[in-house]
Amino acid sequence: MTGRAFRLLGTYGLLLFGSAIVLGPVYLAVINALLPSGEVASYPPNVLPKGFGIGSFGDAWDTVPMGRYLVNSFIMATGITVLQVATSVLAGYALACMRFPGRTLIFVLFIGSLMVPWEVSIVPNFQTVRSFGWLDSYQGLIVPFAATGLGIFLLRQQFMTIPSELRDAAAMDGYGHLRFLWSVGIPLARPAIGSLAVFSFLSAWNQYLWPLLVTNNDDYRTVQIGLALLSRGEIDRVNVVMAGTIIALLPTLILLLVFQRQLVRGLTAGAVKG
Amino acid sequence: MKRLVDRLSARYESSPGEWLLALALIAPAAIVFAVFQFYPLGRAAYLSLHETSPFGGGDIYVGLDQWRRVLDDEDFHKSLWVTAKFVLIVVPLGIVLGLFLAHLANQRVRGIVVFRTIFSSTLASSVAIAAVTWTLLLNPQNGIFNWLIREAGGTPISWLTDPQWALFAVGLTSVWIGIGFTTIVLLAALQGLPEELYESAQMDGAGRLRIFFRITLPLLSPSLLFVAVVSTISALQTFGQIDVLTRGGPLGETRVMVYAIYEDAFRFRDVGGASVQSLLLFAIIAMLTALQFWAVRGRVYYR
Repeated sequence: MTGRAFRLLGTYGLLLFGSAIVLGPVYLAVINALLPSGEVASYPPNVLPKGFGIGSFGDAWDTVPMGRYLVNSFIMATGITVLQVATSVLAGYALACMRFPGRTLIFVLFIGSLMVPWEVSIVPNFQTVRSFGWLDSYQGLIVPFAATGLGIFLLRQQFMTIPSELRDAAAMDGYGHLRFLWSVGIPLARPAIGSLAVFSFLSAWNQYLWPLLVTNNDDYRTVQIGLALLSRGEIDRVNVVMAGTIIALLPTLILLLVFQRQLVRGLTAGAVKG
Repeated sequence: MKRLVDRLSARYESSPGEWLLALALIAPAAIVFAVFQFYPLGRAAYLSLHETSPFGGGDIYVGLDQWRRVLDDEDFHKSLWVTAKFVLIVVPLGIVLGLFLAHLANQRVRGIVVFRTIFSSTLASSVAIAAVTWTLLLNPQNGIFNWLIREAGGTPISWLTDPQWALFAVGLTSVWIGIGFTTIVLLAALQGLPEELYESAQMDGAGRLRIFFRITLPLLSPSLLFVAVVSTISALQTFGQIDVLTRGGPLGETRVMVYAIYEDAFRFRDVGGASVQSLLLFAIIAMLTALQFWAVRGRVYYR
């Protein structure tokens, strides 16, 4: 009995140790954000909360246009999510449930797009977006990411599970493809769509390289770029920088906590189901 | 023409009307891929063979000159080497840590769901958030790492400005960001392992460590390969942490390939050289992605 108790204690000890590794940096960011201005950059470093100064959040909000950045990030991430879900549902359905010449080739090309990482196309894509006159615009941030090979793959797999008898019966009742997709396909694919939407929003919100390239003024800058600017400009005000970090982290943290199941399913779908 | 359409219709058991609808459904995605994924590859190839003036004017065909220039360039060799070192720091460390946390998260104890959520929580963090947060830990004066080193009687390290340590410091940040993904994937794999094997191993009196190395690890190898390839690809694409923490410095010691492409194209206006490097990076990543598809297929077969 005591052996089991010891083992249980050890397990919890290790679990807490693991949690400390994962949460440690965020914990330090939080207590540093709450520091009064006089206490920042003291030595030894603060590992316990010292005061509860939420003034730094206001400072972060005022030093850079944090509200504007958040709105921009929200518009960008929502736009990308909506478009990715729409293009994935339409293309995924056509590839799974319709028969037409060249279907396999198109599917292979779509999956092949996964082999072209965004980072290698930044120079031509920057030129393209500039030639469209899309620098410093929401289109420039959103449209290049309007389709995703992963999403199309996910939805295609989902639509393939619809039994063909169901489709045939619907056709007998006079359902065309579009009506069938809308009233049968999409409701059946809801879990996959949920996973895709959460994953799309999270990746879009956290983008860094592309928004850095195509935005040059605060009207369109996203919160990630704003945070990098804040941290460069306010080296001496650690509490303000950390407050900015937490402001930028909160939306995705909430998203993750609420939709954890969807996200985990989406991430493991590629890995486990293949 | 009509006969061809009839033959195709018979073969696909569908009508040209359905083809048109299908094409219309595929068109939005196809256009985006064509413009922003496939055209850029062709365009990069073109730019790698032409000299373009940043001030407009015609492009001059220069053959393989820019390829030779990049391949002979010492800065390019260095960025290749730095990138390779970065992968070798981040990937093994990330897998060992992910395996450790996934194994912990797989214990059946009360409240384990909370720990699973905690372990996956770095998924919410962006590279910018992680990098800015880690400036706190890596601060040479009052960062927590140097504090611990001083307490232990060691010499503090200038994490981000010492050429010997900067890449490792950025690597630690990257490992931390990757914890969430690695742990989730490996935990899912652990949960899929057959229970009976463990029961019979325990009946045979095998110890915990022996079970882990003799049963768990081999059974997990397809997932480990998957995680290794995905982490390698994402390490090869690293940019944000570098831009926030070191901007490629000190002395180019953290100038990984993507950062070099960014700097060459957008700071030094060397579009041709940047395109050559882009295509080389594409070749490396495409090979790894092919390996990943192969690994996933192996797993499906295995299951």
